[in-house]
Amino acid sequence: MIKRLSVKNHETIAKDTFALVLKGAPPHKPGQFINITVPGEHFLRRPFSIADQEDDEILVIYKVFGSGTQALSEVKIGETLDCLTCLGNGFGMTKHKHVYLIGGGVGIPPLYYLAKALKKHAIDVTMVLGFNTEADCFLIEAFETLGTVIVATLDGSRGIQGTVLEGLKDHTVNYYYAVGPNPMLKALTSIYKDGEVSLEERMGCGFGACMGCSIKTKHEPKRVCKEGPVFKVEELVWKT
Amino acid sequence: MENLKVTLPGMVLQNPIMPASGTFGFGFDFVDYYDINILGSIMTKAITQHPRYGNAVPRIAEVTSGMLNAIGLQNLGVEEAVNAIFPRLPSIYRHKVIANVSGSTVEEYVAVIKALNKVDQIGAYEINISCPNIKEGGMAFSVDETMASYVTKACKAVSEKPIYVKLSPNVTDIVKIAKAVEAAGADAITLINTLLGMRIDVKTRKPVLNNIYGGLSGPAIKPVALKMVYQVYRNVSIPIIGMGGIMTKEDVVEFMMAGASAVAIGTGNLVDPMICHTIVHELESYISSLGFEKIEALVGVAHG
Ligand SMILES: Cc1cc2nc3c(=O)[nH]c(=O)nc-3n(C[C@H](O)[C@H](O)[C@H](O)COP(=O)(O)OP(=O)(O)OC[C@H]3O[C@@H](n4cnc5c(N)ncnc54)[C@H](O)[C@@H]3O)c2cc1C
Ligand SMILES: Cc1cc2nc3c(=O)[nH]c(=O)nc-3n(C[C@H](O)[C@H](O)[C@H](O)COP(=O)(O)O)c2cc1C
Ligand code: FES
Repeated sequence: MIKRLSVKNHETIAKDTFALVLKGAPPHKPGQFINITVPGEHFLRRPFSIADQEDDEILVIYKVFGSGTQALSEVKIGETLDCLTCLGNGFGMTKHKHVYLIGGGVGIPPLYYLAKALKKHAIDVTMVLGFNTEADCFLIEAFETLGTVIVATLDGSRGIQGTVLEGLKDHTVNYYYAVGPNPMLKALTSIYKDGEVSLEERMGCGFGACMGCSIKTKHEPKRVCKEGPVFKVEELVWKT
Repeated sequence: MENLKVTLPGMVLQNPIMPASGTFGFGFDFVDYYDINILGSIMTKAITQHPRYGNAVPRIAEVTSGMLNAIGLQNLGVEEAVNAIFPRLPSIYRHKVIANVSGSTVEEYVAVIKALNKVDQIGAYEINISCPNIKEGGMAFSVDETMASYVTKACKAVSEKPIYVKLSPNVTDIVKIAKAVEAAGADAITLINTLLGMRIDVKTRKPVLNNIYGGLSGPAIKPVALKMVYQVYRNVSIPIIGMGGIMTKEDVVEFMMAGASAVAIGTGNLVDPMICHTIVHELESYISSLGFEKIEALVGVAHG
């Protein structure tokens, strides 16, 4: 759907990291994303995961990365943004009674909405969240209301020093959901085989039309925007 | 809507608006946005003889007023198109479509056309000659008059439907190629395909696209496309379908005034899935405000 969503709240929550609340959205599933037209001379839209939804209000948490996210960060409360909503398939529900949610950096936001949904299904969650440094950390207190949280920072300024892999030491991971940079996902999926990961790819459209985001999987090519962004670990083949 | 009707070889279109090849698939991704039956026709995604994955990602880069793509003609191959895609198409679209045919050898174009001839819903073929000719050293069919003419003749010989040849702007003299394909029997010309370009990521110091080069499309190329339509119109007598950067009803009118009998909208669909719908609905009152009753009267008026 194409929707003009109005900015209800927009604030800094960590270093270069913003929380954007948009009103007027149709219902989304955890793991789905929206594609936003950002202000200024940006021809393509920018894709962002849904970090939470309550009624018609969605939360997007993003980091300023380049000029498009920079322009987005300057949008004021009350302005409207043109969005393609309800994109992609969300995370699958699981039969497991306890699962791990593993996130790196701005991969973390969609896990919050997922954690809330899993709790509603009486599934216990342990979150393992990786950041570069303490100043980058966000959403930790919110996650703590939902389950056990393990924080890892590369420089050790908060929680365990290292990556999410260090955070997972001594844990038996039966089923997991992971979102984050490709090197993190590649390392995780080489160790833990039963789970789902959400991927990012450069997108032309975000709704299946251009084949721009098509990746090879075990059996056939799949579009990250349409058949994804969530994939079963066993489907993935990593570029070498 | 009667005033928007246009005629192309082998096809009558309720209006001159159609999505360009590769930006609309076969339409299935757009039915959540609008009833695509309002489109004059649809130019399908490329169809090759065998399934193709295309190039490795990243395949997309943003540029000022447009984008680069290096999809590499990803498609499921002609067999799957005939057996699995075309049989489902009438459920979402009831008019004739234009099948985009691609290949790396003349034999491949011929094989694809032979396999598609039995599909009733195809009104014409759009022959994408921008592909590299692997038998002749990888040079694109589109850059050489002899090769362009040869592939057109070969397609014409086996085709049971009109042949529209799609020209590449990556040439020194587009008029020469246009005249060559007209002489070889093309029923219409479609232009332009994308212009070659690239981008470099200053953070990684590497080209953004895995393929290094990609095809530039969108508003950035509109003046180039318009000029080529205008130029070709002066030099050939077969109809032209114009495309390149169309985003608005004004752009449509410009292309038709330059000499296009119909237009295709490509990249616009990617950023605004409703773009064709919007333009179709605005067109009649817009041309009337310009003093035209029938849209066909616009074709070539810029030539005086
Ligand atoms: C499904 C999905 C969900 C995402 N969710 C979030 C999120 O919740 N929070 C968040 O901070 N970021 C998220 N991203 C990444 C976000 O889309 C990019 O950071 C953003 O597009 C960068 O735009 P820019 O103009 O600032 O960067 P530039 O580098 O200037 O952008 C240039 C082009 O590259 C594209 N691009 C650059 N980085 C990425 C990337 N990582 N993924 C896809 N396209 C990229 C841009 O969209 C743009 O077309 C998500 C990406 C995808 C595909
Ligand atoms: C993502 C993408 C895929 C394309 N795929 C094809 C294709 O398969 N065959 C083809 O003949 N042209 C293809 N094209 C070219 C378009 O059909 C069109 O000629 C060109 O993009 C110029 O029009 P535009 O500026 O409106 O996009 C593609 C263009 C884009 C952006
Ligand atoms: S971004 Fe266009 S198909 Fe996925």
